[in-house]
Amino acid sequence: MTKSSPSVAAGSHPIVEVKDVSITFPGVKALDRVSFRLLPGEVHALMGENGAGKSTLIKALTGVYEIDSGSILIDGRERHLTGTASAQEAGISTVYQEINLCPNLSVGENVMLGHEVRGWAGIDWRRTHAEARTVLARMELGHLDPRAPLSSLSIAMQQLVAISRAMVTDSKVLILDEPTSSLDANEVEVLFGVVRRLRDQGVAILFISHFLDQVYAIADRITVLRNGQLVGEFLVQDLDRTQLISKMIGKDFESLKALGSTRQKDMRDRSTTPLLAAAGLGRKGAIDPTDVEVHAGEVVGFAGLLGSGRTELARLLAGADKADSGAITVKGEKAGIGSPVAGLAHGIAYSTENRRDDGIVADLSVRENIMLALQARRGWMRRVPAKEVDKLVQTYMQRFGVRPNDPDRPIGLLSGGNQQKVLLGRWLATGPDLLLLDEPTRGIDVGAKADIQETVAELAEGGMGVVFISSELEEVVRLSERIVILKDHRKIGEVVNGPEVSAQSVVSIIAAESEELAEQAAQELASSDSTTTDTTTTDTTNADSASDGRDS
Amino acid sequence: MNRFKAALRTPWFGALLAIVVLLAVNTIKDPGYLAIGTNQTTGMMSGNLLDILRISAPIIMISLGMTFVIATEGIDLSVGSMMAIGGAVAMQTLSSINQPSSVTAMLTAIGLALLLAFVLGTVNGILVAVVGLQPFITTLVMMMAARGIARVITGGQNTNARNGPFNQLATGQILGIPTGFVLAIGIVVLVALLMRRTALGLMIESIGINPHASRLAGIRPRPILIAVYALAAVLAAIGGLFTVAEVMTVNPSSTGNLMELDAILAVVIGGTSLAGGKFSILGSTAGALLIATLNKTVVFLGVPSAATPAFKGVVIIILVLLQSDRVRSLLKRRTKSPTTPSTPTAELESQEALA
Amino acid sequence: MTASPTVTDAPTPTPKEPEAQESRGAGLARLWQRGQGFLPTLIALALLLGMLIYAQVAYGRVFHAGTMSDLLVGAAPMLILAVGMTIVIISAGIDLSVGAVVAFSSVAGVMIMGTGVNGWLGLLIMVALGALFGLVAGVMVQTFNVQPFIATLAMMFLARGLASMLTTDVVRAPEDSPFGWLATKWKLYDGPKVNDFTVTPGLVIAVLVVVGAVFFMHRTRMGRTVYGIGESAASAQLMGLPVARTRIWIYIMSGACSGLAAVVYTASVQGSARNVTGLGWELDAIAAVVIGGTLLTGGAGYVLGSVIGVMVLQVMRLIITKDGTIDPQYLTIITGAVLLVFVLVQRVLARKGRER
Repeated sequence: MTKSSPSVAAGSHPIVEVKDVSITFPGVKALDRVSFRLLPGEVHALMGENGAGKSTLIKALTGVYEIDSGSILIDGRERHLTGTASAQEAGISTVYQEINLCPNLSVGENVMLGHEVRGWAGIDWRRTHAEARTVLARMELGHLDPRAPLSSLSIAMQQLVAISRAMVTDSKVLILDEPTSSLDANEVEVLFGVVRRLRDQGVAILFISHFLDQVYAIADRITVLRNGQLVGEFLVQDLDRTQLISKMIGKDFESLKALGSTRQKDMRDRSTTPLLAAAGLGRKGAIDPTDVEVHAGEVVGFAGLLGSGRTELARLLAGADKADSGAITVKGEKAGIGSPVAGLAHGIAYSTENRRDDGIVADLSVRENIMLALQARRGWMRRVPAKEVDKLVQTYMQRFGVRPNDPDRPIGLLSGGNQQKVLLGRWLATGPDLLLLDEPTRGIDVGAKADIQETVAELAEGGMGVVFISSELEEVVRLSERIVILKDHRKIGEVVNGPEVSAQSVVSIIAAESEELAEQAAQELASSDSTTTDTTTTDTTNADSASDGRDS
Repeated sequence: MNRFKAALRTPWFGALLAIVVLLAVNTIKDPGYLAIGTNQTTGMMSGNLLDILRISAPIIMISLGMTFVIATEGIDLSVGSMMAIGGAVAMQTLSSINQPSSVTAMLTAIGLALLLAFVLGTVNGILVAVVGLQPFITTLVMMMAARGIARVITGGQNTNARNGPFNQLATGQILGIPTGFVLAIGIVVLVALLMRRTALGLMIESIGINPHASRLAGIRPRPILIAVYALAAVLAAIGGLFTVAEVMTVNPSSTGNLMELDAILAVVIGGTSLAGGKFSILGSTAGALLIATLNKTVVFLGVPSAATPAFKGVVIIILVLLQSDRVRSLLKRRTKSPTTPSTPTAELESQEALA
Repeated sequence: MTASPTVTDAPTPTPKEPEAQESRGAGLARLWQRGQGFLPTLIALALLLGMLIYAQVAYGRVFHAGTMSDLLVGAAPMLILAVGMTIVIISAGIDLSVGAVVAFSSVAGVMIMGTGVNGWLGLLIMVALGALFGLVAGVMVQTFNVQPFIATLAMMFLARGLASMLTTDVVRAPEDSPFGWLATKWKLYDGPKVNDFTVTPGLVIAVLVVVGAVFFMHRTRMGRTVYGIGESAASAQLMGLPVARTRIWIYIMSGACSGLAAVVYTASVQGSARNVTGLGWELDAIAAVVIGGTLLTGGAGYVLGSVIGVMVLQVMRLIITKDGTIDPQYLTIITGAVLLVFVLVQRVLARKGRER
């Protein structure tokens, strides 16, 4: 075992070896002949955007999913994992983003549950708690009272307790699945301290996070997945942020640079009343207070990686989640948008990123799915007349080319792209002034993607305000007049699109290691185009108020 | 041919088939079982088939109400007690008015019965939709409480009353068909129109299939849930009226006792999933008819009627198991039918895999 | 080996263990936190004492050995049922079949003894029959993912129907059956006139079941797993706990408790059994459990709390009987209303807890 070695020697023997593993779900190849190895005493980051296959790989390693082909070797031996218990037996423990512990039980019990020390009269609580204390102390958590209820601890501490639990079984592999998404900077530092300690003890750590800074702070090596396939395995020092993002989003560096923007320079007059303006809009744990404006006839892109707050912001604007700070004005008038009903009443429609869980009503027909939101606006008493429904259905199915052309087919049986088109029809049927599209092109084929992009441009042409969110920056850059850039739950900048703005320049803003650098990059971008200098903003004030909010 | 195949696949077809089988069993035991004759003294038609229709009326009512509750992914265990409420209020009112031939007395009795059921049903709905209690615990409490209320109304006694028009509701005939059954079918048609001509049915299904998506589409779930529970209670009370009108007496302890399983069973037989979602009014009605036939058959074959719950218990276990994903995927693997839509859970998993 | 605070069911923690690292402040804070969990149970305890005192003042002869022993002996079957129900509810499940299983088990047991089978073996069979119903329900819930209330509702109808199939009359156990012995009155305190404190073997069984359940829930790994499942079955699964096995055992235990309750109840009615026994007992058992502070949503609760819950219902009945002006018809309404109030209190507390 390599003791304390951030630079992993190539000669060291892998503890986990995944060879050519494929996993297929109905219609989706979630993992396609992916190989991957994890060495003892390293922190290995697994990176990828939506649908890359990270979760699937983890679930294969923890025995939740069975693999269709390929093999998983642990410590050189091929293993057939059937569930958490068997994975633990093989020495693999996992700590998830949603902490899977029992807040109703004590700290010590959570550490020891299933491994309690037993005496002649059943569980010997005194010795169990003493053992828990020892385990906690190894994580430098000796100050925690094992008898206190878990719910009395902060999320960060609970996360550390979860890691302690993982180490009770002397795991050789620790998988950390987005452990930091709800921690603040100090808490992350504490967590990293523990992670480094474990690494130095020879534990192999697989680290998954959306936060680039954290990956670069802790990881030794990086494996990148995209669309279920392996992109590559890199040493951290060989891969800078820009390159990493490029690998994750799929266009390589050079082509990104060359692509530029096809969009004309923005000449919009922004002195008029915006269609929608949000001031200091925020929600604790989701997005820090943010200002944002959308004008009629304008496409505004929200750019940022998964978990940057782009979805959270859109949900607040639409009333899907309730904001706990800030205010929204629609066409200059204050609007209380606390529910989707209110959002729709103000002409704001939100198409969710999670098509399956929040979008389609699977067993209902295409026809019913299209009319659903309009019907909800009219109320249950006044059913939308059949003739009107037919017309709407025909209009949208034809306009988007929904296949198969059968309005009575349950939407759950359509492909992802067609489902998305139907949902687009649902929101357009309500005649919205502002359309928020969250990842409308995710997981759909190229043809459907182009259709949807075209529609977005047309809608804006027709005077609708559109907010466009996508993991594919290139798409955002091509469609948007303005791009709001988000990172780590806050808005870090806003650029007005122009010929000099490219996906690459947006990437460089996101990739900047600190806020100052991001600001600088945004300003450089802006100053290269004299007409837009003054309209480019970087929200340092927001950032300040945000960190205040977090402390309180 | 294709249409025939489609009819084969509908859930109510299975129910009809089962009815035919049960009738055939009865006919084997007594070849004259299906005969319909005319009663010499009253001039009314009589026969086992008509009996089945008559006793099916209350079951059709409670199944209809239960259909919508289950479609919203809920359950209403209080329908049996609501029947007792309906019967108790009606009998108590009629016996205190004591006008054996007054139609007004009948209407008053019916009105009061339905009003009380509506109030109690609304309480169910508010507890589920606004307070957020689990449906089964809310309605379990209501099941006990409503039966208690029925006992209080009648003072714990069996209450008799005399009212010709009311009695006619159950024992009368229209063109030879029991009035109760005709009325029940009429109510089914009315409710079906209410569900399908307005958007209520669509919204109930939408909430039952995907509450999150429904919320984002701007559907307000609360008023709909309250309406569904209130409707279930009112329909159950109507079922109670049919039951007591037949014998013109109510036993607050036994009227509607254990009927909630009949309703659940009819709905599940009718093809509505206990996990909520799309409902079939026709299916539930066919299911109710099957249960009426089963009740009659069990008695006819000489099994004590108190034992029927055992059969129903077994049937519901089988149906619930058939609905479970595990059995479904087993069956699917066996048949390897390419046209079968993938189960929602399988798709959900693939979605998770993508995330 | 001394008992530590976590293992006792009593609301008051036992005197501190000498733990130097722990400051007095932290201990107090912990006591407060734990106290909040006990709050509903304390309310129930206060309610019980209040009702007893009220009954004593209003009708007298309540704090008497005779009355007390009658209360306890009468509560024995419900105590056993409530213990099984507590375990099920802590695991975030429910068992609606308990009343019907008591009826079936008691009718079947008495009829089996009537055929000349050894009485003690008959008792064992009664418990086993109950466990069998539990096993079927458990498999449905765990393996086939059927909602617990649907699975146990089906078992309720099955058991009730089977009982009715066996007989719709009253059946009596043979004269020499063990039921007679189980109902013997052991005089523990010989008071003046009829004021004796007596217990029956049935009550002793109930107490043993309670003690056993407390041990199971607090001193065994499986018992702790029950709490884990109740908080979140998915989490418990991801923590590597044996969820499937435990969940099936939970329902088996509840079924066995029903069988045992049938034994004790049948003994208390001189070995006679009817198919309509136990109508509505599931609600009483659920009410007792919830009044005793167990969360209906699972994850938290105490067997001893349920004992208090059973006694609350028992004293309520006593008051209604003694009062005489309250129509006994109101009893189910009152039980339902009390259950509803406690469920609502739980929701309010849970909401507050989340806000904290």
